[in-house]
Amino acid sequence: MINIEIDGKQVESERGSTVMDAANKLGVYIPHFCYHKKLSIAANCRMCLVEIEKTPKPLPACSTPVADGMKVHTHSEMAVKAQQGVMEFLLINHPLDCPICDRGGECELQDQAVGYGGSASRYQEPKRSVMHKNIGPLISTEEMNRCIQCTRCVRFGQEIAGVMELGMAFRGEHSEIMTFVNSSVDSELSGNMIDLCPVGALTSKPFRYTARNWELSRRKSVSPHDGLGSNLAVQVMNNRVMRVLPVENEAINECWLSDKDRFSYEGLNSPERLTKPMLKQDGKWIEVEWQVALEYVANGLRQIGSTAGADQIAALATPHSTLEELYLLQKLMRELGSGNVDFRLRHSDFTADDHRSGAPWLGMAVADINTRDRFLIVGSFLRKDHPLLASRVRQAVKHGAQANIVHASDDDLLMPVMSKSIVAPGELANSLAQILKALAAEKSATLSGEMQKAIEAVQPTAQAVAIARSMASGERAAVLLGNFAQQHPQAAQIAVLAGQIAALCAAKFGYLGEAANSVGGYLAGAVPSGKKGMNAAQMLASPRKAYLLLNVETELDMHDPQQAMRAMYAADMVVALSAYKHRAAEYADVMLPIAPFTETSGTFVSSEGRVQSFRGAVKPLGEARPAWKVLRVLGNLLGMPGFDQDTSEAVLGEVLPMKDGAVSIAGKLNNHIAGVAVQTTASSNSRGLQRVSDVPVYAADAVVRRAASLQLTRDAATPCAVMHSSELLKLGVQSGDTVKVNQGNASARLTVRADDSMPVATARVAAGHPVTAGLGAMFGAITVERA
Amino acid sequence: MLSEQVQARINRELKKYPADQKQSAVMSALRFVQDEKGWIATEDMTDIALYLGMPQMAVYEVATFYHMYNLKPMGRHTLTVCTNLSCQLGGANETVDYLKKKLGIGLGEATADGKFGLLEGECMGACVDAPLFTISNKKMCGRLTPEKIDQILTELDQS
Repeated sequence: MINIEIDGKQVESERGSTVMDAANKLGVYIPHFCYHKKLSIAANCRMCLVEIEKTPKPLPACSTPVADGMKVHTHSEMAVKAQQGVMEFLLINHPLDCPICDRGGECELQDQAVGYGGSASRYQEPKRSVMHKNIGPLISTEEMNRCIQCTRCVRFGQEIAGVMELGMAFRGEHSEIMTFVNSSVDSELSGNMIDLCPVGALTSKPFRYTARNWELSRRKSVSPHDGLGSNLAVQVMNNRVMRVLPVENEAINECWLSDKDRFSYEGLNSPERLTKPMLKQDGKWIEVEWQVALEYVANGLRQIGSTAGADQIAALATPHSTLEELYLLQKLMRELGSGNVDFRLRHSDFTADDHRSGAPWLGMAVADINTRDRFLIVGSFLRKDHPLLASRVRQAVKHGAQANIVHASDDDLLMPVMSKSIVAPGELANSLAQILKALAAEKSATLSGEMQKAIEAVQPTAQAVAIARSMASGERAAVLLGNFAQQHPQAAQIAVLAGQIAALCAAKFGYLGEAANSVGGYLAGAVPSGKKGMNAAQMLASPRKAYLLLNVETELDMHDPQQAMRAMYAADMVVALSAYKHRAAEYADVMLPIAPFTETSGTFVSSEGRVQSFRGAVKPLGEARPAWKVLRVLGNLLGMPGFDQDTSEAVLGEVLPMKDGAVSIAGKLNNHIAGVAVQTTASSNSRGLQRVSDVPVYAADAVVRRAASLQLTRDAATPCAVMHSSELLKLGVQSGDTVKVNQGNASARLTVRADDSMPVATARVAAGHPVTAGLGAMFGAITVERA
Repeated sequence: MLSEQVQARINRELKKYPADQKQSAVMSALRFVQDEKGWIATEDMTDIALYLGMPQMAVYEVATFYHMYNLKPMGRHTLTVCTNLSCQLGGANETVDYLKKKLGIGLGEATADGKFGLLEGECMGACVDAPLFTISNKKMCGRLTPEKIDQILTELDQS
């Protein structure tokens, strides 16, 4: 540690840290633009000049390392003169018309010009002007004139997002921040560049000129999308969500947000919002009072329960629902006498259900990811499914960690990958078995007799051996299962094998949560328990007479939409609790308007097992009501005991009782699966194509599907059928042609694209998108023919 | 696609740098492309980026930073006239005017037949030979007079 003095105050700072770090530690503010704690040091804005004794000239605090006995003055005559001089230069080409700038009122340059600049400009000559360019639907460069070339956005792309999409072209006075000729910014983390911009050069396209910073009230919330549980500041005006910004939380989202978290709010104000309870009578939808609708539902449930039996009633919820909603839903079902409740709508293998020791979770804290030195990531579209988690893996890799991939698709992770095994979906378990065998050999470890026998027959490929070597050589490894692995028809076996691999290299083993409440759903008990009750697959395979749908868009949220839609059409009664009018209108009998996450209080339990409660940011739109209240009233109408909670906190208290003022769920999280047999079949060599399906990042849940600007991005483009070029050759089609994709008794017409990183005998056809919604299961056989 | 010759030249250049720092060869790669076709098209920058495993924006930053890379067609022979102070005193303005008239183009333009391009340049450190121009950044011609310019242009026209 090194002792230095800043403005007469003593501070201890680490060797190698900078004067800026020391000042931050002390709470002394040094003005700056290009410096950002999460980015590399550029020292190009010169705003942080300070006087350091015994140096003849002022030095930039952000890039001057501390030295013993250093005496720094941030307000001395020399420092103030330097700051004023720099500010005058920065303002030479910067328009002085803050009132018409979208950033006005929350601009770092504006604030610092007031604090450190002159009151009038001496500059009379013409200013330079920069033409704006269209770089996509999220970021506006309309006012590139205002850029002060701090290059924070450029460094963010290079260092955090992993892809350099913005750069500084030309030089000197002609320098411009821009993309490569006519390119757009497509990173799934691009919105952070807006936050980073210290001036109004990069602004949010959806938000521009819709409100002023000081008109907005700021409410804390939690992201309802991926399993990370990013902390949000929801900004509200006139009972409408105007914008979402990150709330800094070093343990979760640091100071970033994925574009999905940031821009999905547009979906909250969608014209498709359901605002009144609706009943279908004689094939026509009519708006009714809540009382009427709920009584209809209660009567219907009672009737079907008494005539056909309670097990004819089933409930499905998305994992984006809150803990309170999921808890009351399962409670309602169990009181009705039916255990048919599930939230794992895209899963297809439930054999692990009776063998779990707890709720599957990340197996470590999110922040721990940065400290890992080996990764084995199994079946994950990591970048799109978990953008910020991917960024943490990227940071770890940058610091020397090795990432290994087992997957059915070789997407660019924007980081160096050590070894990868890209195989057809049916080979995923086999590939893991090979790695396990190679790893056991590498470590000279003995496996349990059963496991030994199961992997006897497999022959590790060169990739498997390479992955095993990489994993064996680490000290702090992690094995992570992605959404694809969890949705896989052999998910349980994959989990067992991955768990074994993790055990052999003393690695952390975890599940990447698909949605905000992928862990919470288990804690709420929204899963069938034991033999009592059916899981999501069974409920649809043997259709029930009545379905309760919570947030579910059947054709988009289910593992096998074809089968699910059949079940819905065949049912006597379908009750859709939804924030939106959607295709439920075709098959449902009642639609109850419920509040999305900004309009209700609730709790999400993130992948890492963090219980985060939030309050509503705005009042529910129209007559929409929080779903937990709807379920509670429904319970009352059905005369059930235990539905008298006044607040969502009371519901939470029932699910997760407080102990010593804190909720502890550590004992309930466990990834261990015991007693699931692994069967590694020699490669089946099935002649047909196997479907590989991802859920496109902006199609994953109901809110984001309606976020208009996100739907204009390249990630939201209509999905293609992606296949190896040899498969295209067999079909006699070329990249760009239209093909007919058949599954079950339905087909979809898609553009075909050749991608030689795909395994042969597979076709990547996205799920969760309207054009593929008619198709069958996310995994399994699929045929492609010339259209 | 980069031509085989350009690829071969880049490969030779790459031997000078560590294997994991291929982007060090970006300036040479841009130069080789310009040597071949007289200018650097957008696709060329994309190709170079792919070839060297670097972001295309990073190639673009370099290509736009240096004035000697032509990002639009500048003719088979690009004449760059120095117009800094010493050359101006030596008659560079008259040289530029003569070339403009002779070729029928302005600064930053190329002749319709794609043979000649005319550019303004900065000091080339050869003030003693003022006025002067370079031909495609390779050959410098000094002490220019209208007669000498005519002769050079004729020679280039026939080459």
